[in-house]
Amino acid sequence: MTGSPLLVAADLRKSYGPTPALDGASLAVGPGEVVAIMGPSGSGKSTLLHCLAGIVVPDAGEVRYDGQKLSGMPDAARSALRRTRFGFVFQFGQLVPELTCVENVALPLRLERVPRREAERRAAEWLDRLEVGDVAGKRPGEVSGGQGQRVAVARALVTTPRVVFADEPTGALDSLNGERVMRLLTAAARDTGAAVVLVTHEPRVAGYSDREVVVRDGRTRDLERAL
Amino acid sequence: MCIVVPMSLGQTFLGLLESGPRHGYDLKRTYDDRFGNTKPLHYGQVYATLSRLLKDGLVELDAVEPGEGPERKRYAITSAGVTDVDRWLGTPEKPEPYLQNTLYTKVVLAVLTGRPAADLLDVQRAEHLRLMRELTRRKATDDLAEQLICDHALFHLEADLRWLELTTARLDELAARVRS
Repeated sequence: MTGSPLLVAADLRKSYGPTPALDGASLAVGPGEVVAIMGPSGSGKSTLLHCLAGIVVPDAGEVRYDGQKLSGMPDAARSALRRTRFGFVFQFGQLVPELTCVENVALPLRLERVPRREAERRAAEWLDRLEVGDVAGKRPGEVSGGQGQRVAVARALVTTPRVVFADEPTGALDSLNGERVMRLLTAAARDTGAAVVLVTHEPRVAGYSDREVVVRDGRTRDLERAL
Repeated sequence: MCIVVPMSLGQTFLGLLESGPRHGYDLKRTYDDRFGNTKPLHYGQVYATLSRLLKDGLVELDAVEPGEGPERKRYAITSAGVTDVDRWLGTPEKPEPYLQNTLYTKVVLAVLTGRPAADLLDVQRAEHLRLMRELTRRKATDDLAEQLICDHALFHLEADLRWLELTTARLDELAARVRS
């Protein structure tokens, strides 16, 4: 990473009941950087991603986005940040089943009061870019898993966020579809200058990153910097 | 000079000759383009292989053309050669057992001598992932052959990485066993 980090987590601690999920996790992500968070199941990597994205508030430690402390922000400001500056891709696309694919992708823009026609025009462009322009009018239940996940990536990128958080984005896909999602996600992020924070347990998916951070027992280890 | 001929080079040449007779130089160039990757063939390998195939009756001389230098020979596959390609393609490759493993030896030695085996595994992990990134970047091309070759290497590296993860998780257990 070069220059000032865009997103910094310092000494995060978070417990769910008596179980510590994070026990001193730290991480810095630079603008446009693709960072893979890896580690065994239950090591705390998803909790770390949720803290970085302001979805979960840590018990101790702090997260800063562009110099601003997330935990110091009012809820509404943090929500606005998530809507406009962050994009999200989850293991299962989590698309709204009643809406068509183009309406799903347009949704984040509609929440920002972009007029319907303009929002859907931009959404359709992103669907084309993710090579799923042909499913624009279909509902999520009518498309394949791989197509649905590319629709979800289009939805994450439509607001041109500065950080995309992807939690096991290929976890439910076969190798070929998983590779396609990663190739398109990282290419689009690089084109728009978005950073990507990627949680994965698949080394081949981590191969698309610039850097890997391993989480073990709630603590982070930046292997490449330790060398 | 000692020339090591890859075991399947003969059959690969035969396969390439099925589409029509070729000169040795032409065979080398086609082989290097399709399969050579970073290791082009030596001419010595090409001509040693062709003379063995000729001796075994799997190819025959199709034409000998005089040139300014040595004569240029053109080779054609025989029906015995076609049968040999059939047999080779129909025979599965023996899976590698991967039982002689330097990494495993290093981990056990680190544990035995009280060195930090977890660090050794992490250093190896970072090195593996560095190579995986390089191959992933190389795959960003429209060349399907290049993609498939890189994928083959990536899947093997991924298997190694999974082993590194599993061994990291079982280091305490391993230490208890090897020290007992």
